[in-house]
This record gives sequence, C-alpha cells and structure tokens, in this order.
Amino acid sequence: MSSLASATTPSRGLMRRIDGVFLTLVLGAAILWFVPIGMGRYGTYVLSLWMVMSIAVMGLNLTLGYAGLKSLAQAAFMGIGAYTTALLTTKLGLNWYASFLLSGAGCFALGLVLGFPALRVKAHYLAFVTLAFSTLVWLVLRNEQWLTGGVFGLSNIPRPTFFGLKTDGALAFHRFTLVITLILALALWWMIRSPWGRAFLALRENPIRAASLGVNIRTYTLLAFAIGSAYAGFAGALYAPLVEFIDPSPFALSASFFLLLMVVAGGSGYQLGPFVGALLGVVLPEWLRFTGGIYLIVFASIVVMLLIACPQGVIGLVERGWLALRRPGKGGAA
Amino acid sequence: MRTVLEVEGLKKHFGGIRAVDGVSFAVEEGEILGIIGPNGCGKSTLFNCILGQLSPTEGRVKLDGEEVTGLAPEALNRRGVSRTFQLLQVFPELTVRENLILAGQEHQGSMLARLLGPRDAGLGAAAERMIGFFRLQHLADARAGGLSYGQQKLLDAAMAFMAGPRLVLLDEPAGGVNLTMLGDLKERLRAMNAEAGATFVVIEHNMDFVMSLCSRVVVMAEGRVLAIGTPAEIRANPAVIDAYLGH
Repeated sequence: MSSLASATTPSRGLMRRIDGVFLTLVLGAAILWFVPIGMGRYGTYVLSLWMVMSIAVMGLNLTLGYAGLKSLAQAAFMGIGAYTTALLTTKLGLNWYASFLLSGAGCFALGLVLGFPALRVKAHYLAFVTLAFSTLVWLVLRNEQWLTGGVFGLSNIPRPTFFGLKTDGALAFHRFTLVITLILALALWWMIRSPWGRAFLALRENPIRAASLGVNIRTYTLLAFAIGSAYAGFAGALYAPLVEFIDPSPFALSASFFLLLMVVAGGSGYQLGPFVGALLGVVLPEWLRFTGGIYLIVFASIVVMLLIACPQGVIGLVERGWLALRRPGKGGAA
Repeated sequence: MRTVLEVEGLKKHFGGIRAVDGVSFAVEEGEILGIIGPNGCGKSTLFNCILGQLSPTEGRVKLDGEEVTGLAPEALNRRGVSRTFQLLQVFPELTVRENLILAGQEHQGSMLARLLGPRDAGLGAAAERMIGFFRLQHLADARAGGLSYGQQKLLDAAMAFMAGPRLVLLDEPAGGVNLTMLGDLKERLRAMNAEAGATFVVIEHNMDFVMSLCSRVVVMAEGRVLAIGTPAEIRANPAVIDAYLGH
C-alpha cells in the first residue's frame, strides 16, 4: 500500500507534512474564530496579541530557521511597522490597509539595505549590524519627540474597518487579526514549499555547495532577511491598532532577543513553530499569573527546561514522537 | 575538437606557500581528463581557482576561449560548469529527489516563476530520469543524510549533472567508495560522458580508476605539471614513476 502511495505522489513524505501544515493553519483559524466567545475583553486581547507576535516570529523563523541568518532586530522592525502605521493613520489619516502595506514595504526595503553586511562570509556580521540597528531604532523612537512622541508614545490609533464593518470591539478585531494572520501564514507556507524555500534551506545547510549549483547566495540571503523583516513590519502594523497606544519599550533590544527565544522554543525551521513559540512567549506568562510575584521566574525555568529537553523546540519534539510512533507500524516501507 | 577549458600559467600562493605554481593545460570537448598527484600537490586548490572559489594569484582560466578568471561559482555554474566536492556535499535534510531538483532549479525560469510556479520547478521528470540513471530509485524519497557514503557519492555526482552541464569537475569521486559501488560509478560516469556529451576533469587518487576512465592524465607535483599524456604514456614516464607511481 505504501509503495502505491509513493508511486502516485512524488516526494510523499514532504508533501504530507506540508499538507498537514496547510490543514492545521486553516483548521486552527476556524477554531480561533469562535474561541474568544464568552472569553471577555482581556482574554480576547491576549489571543490577538498571540497572533500578532506569531507573525513577527514567523518572519524571524524564515530568517533564522530556514535561511540560518541571525537577526537581533526583529522587534525594532516591528516597532518601525507599528510607528509607521500609527503615524500614517493618526497624522495623515491614511487608511489602515495602505499603512499596513507601507509598513511591510518599508521594513522590506530597510532589510535589503541592512542585509548587505550579511553577504560577508563571516556569519556574525548580520548579528552585529542588527544589534546596532536595534539600538538606533530604539533611540530614535524615544528621543525624536516631534515625530514619535518620545516616551509618551502615540495614542488614539484607530482600528481598521473590514468591508465597512468596524473592528473596534475586541472580538471583531480578534477576527480581523485572525484573517490577516492566516493570509500571511499561507503566503509563507506557499513560499517555503516553493523552490525558494529549497534555496533558503540550501543557504542554511551548505552555502558553498549551493553556490556551485547556481544558487545565487546574495539574492536569496537578502530576500530571506528582507521578507523576514517585512513580516515584523506587518506584525507592527497590527500591533498598533490592537493596543491603540504605542511607546518605545516593547521594541527594545530585549524584545528582539525574546522573539529569537520564541523561534527556538517553538521549533526553528518548522512552519508551525512560530505559533507554539509565540504561545509560550505571550500566553504562558498569563497562565502562570496564579503563581503570584514569581510568575516570570517560573516562566523562565519552564523555558530553560524545555530547551534542555528538546533543543529542536516543541514542534521538533512532536515530530520526533510522531516518527517514533509511525516507524514500528510501517516496518516494511522502503 | 574544440577546446572547452584552458588553464594558462595559473598560480595560487598562500603567503610563502606556492600551492599552485604555474599550471597550464587544455581540455578538449568530450574528453575525460584525469589529474593525479600526491597529497598536497595543489590539485584541489587548482580546482577551486578554476571554479571561482579562490581567486588565482596569477594566470588565466578560459571557457570556450572566453576568459572567466575569478568569476563567482554560481555564475560559472550558469555557464554550464558544475562540480562535485572531495568531502560529501549533499543536503542531508532534503530527500534525494529534492537534492536533485535543487541542483537544477536555478537554471529554470525566473525568480518569480520559482516563487509562483510548480514546487518541482518543472524538474520532476528530469529528477526521475537522473534517479533512474544513477539507480537510486529505491531511495528517491529518503533523506539524503540517511544514505550510505557510497550512495551519497552517487547522489553528489547526479546533482552535478542535473543542469545538463558541458563541463564537470569531479574532486575525488571514488574516494571512500567501496569496490562494487566504484564499478557502478565509473560505468555511470562513462555513460554520462557518452550520452550527454559532457566533458570531465577528474581529480583522483585511485590509479586503476583514473587509468581506466580517463583519455588523458595530468600529473602534478609540488604545484606544477610534471607530465601530460595518455594513461599508457604516463605509466611509462620515468619522471612520473620516480615522483609518484613508484612508491
């Protein structure tokens, strides 16, 4: 039976996993559409925040998990996206959709410029450049009061309308966020299963061999980093109307490290990893509030233990378990 | 016969060390040229200079009479020059099929077509043929990292042929491959040479392999060319016997 399956569907193992990702995304979205009913404003807000962070982590997962580039500026890009959208919608009265696209495009362009140092063969250049960039962005957000409002931030950020429907309520905005998250996740799903995804992976695993097969290292490196950064910009564009008030603190360097942690804890290089990672980063601390003042200590301990138990992240652990379960049953499969 | 590759006075110095010290030879279309020589005589450095991985200190590399010295590896690859590596260089996380598609996809269509087009970049059938040609059918959907050493060597060679190159540089294709697999590999390479009309340059330590596969052999010693000739001429050359074959 298994040989029949392999004869009819080429690259069977990978195809199955990818379809699994697609189904999980669509089913997950369908469930999340209804989950917040009766949950209250705060619970719904946390769910929406989880999705927004997932978008930023998805982008970083492309940069780090697939292309193997270390960026320490994901939160800074998210900040740029958030401030761009906040400024365009409050000061210029531009609609959210245009602001959203401009936030992504701006971060994409900045990513291209910043990515050039990554083309140096030495792997840590990008980390250093993004570290400096992260600090720079934070300083601009805090000190350029005329533009960013400094530590007082920007407030009264309007929420978008969806085909004439207002999304001012927590549930409505949750569903709006859900639709955008699903679209972005599916776009990335498509990209990763396209030949681009294969080239990104080749970049991570063996750039010298990839170059000898005609893979343009420069183009793909820049693309991976710029697209990853654009996703942070998209996340920021959703974050601004979600919280309706932004200040520089969530976009500091420590937040970029936290996003890296979410990529690794969820499962670096796995498409569903970012959702699990962001769940750990955003929702787990909320669940742990019952422990009182030490909840952040408990949270940190859980993450440390998790990484010791499964360095491949949660999804990596799930995959290992799944393969272990399937192997005995499939004994004869070639 | 047309000259495909010409190397003229190529030198590569690392500080005071003259790894390659004035090497010249030409490769004719359709031939299989062997390069032999003791360890450290500069064979791999020579390859890396020809293929743009290193830039030579002096000298020229010409492809079809056009100078390509110092061109980037991916640019050379697009001009139909492909290679295998001394150490295994397959992508372990990809399946055999995926490795082959990767090896050909950058030669197909535009960047946009590679994003929006089919998963296999239209190379499904070509990969299938290559899998059949190298007799890897039973492993087509296995992770490349899980293959035996010899099987990975076959895959490595198959990848070098995916884009239909005119010139393939093979760095120790037989190294570490067991005897049964070795016969297979030699026969496949010969078939590739005959059927696809590809020109080969092969670095190899295995004397039997080189002498039976190659039409001409370059012997290197201490960064220079000691002799060039047919296998029979090389076997009879006193300088070669003295420097290399004699041991």
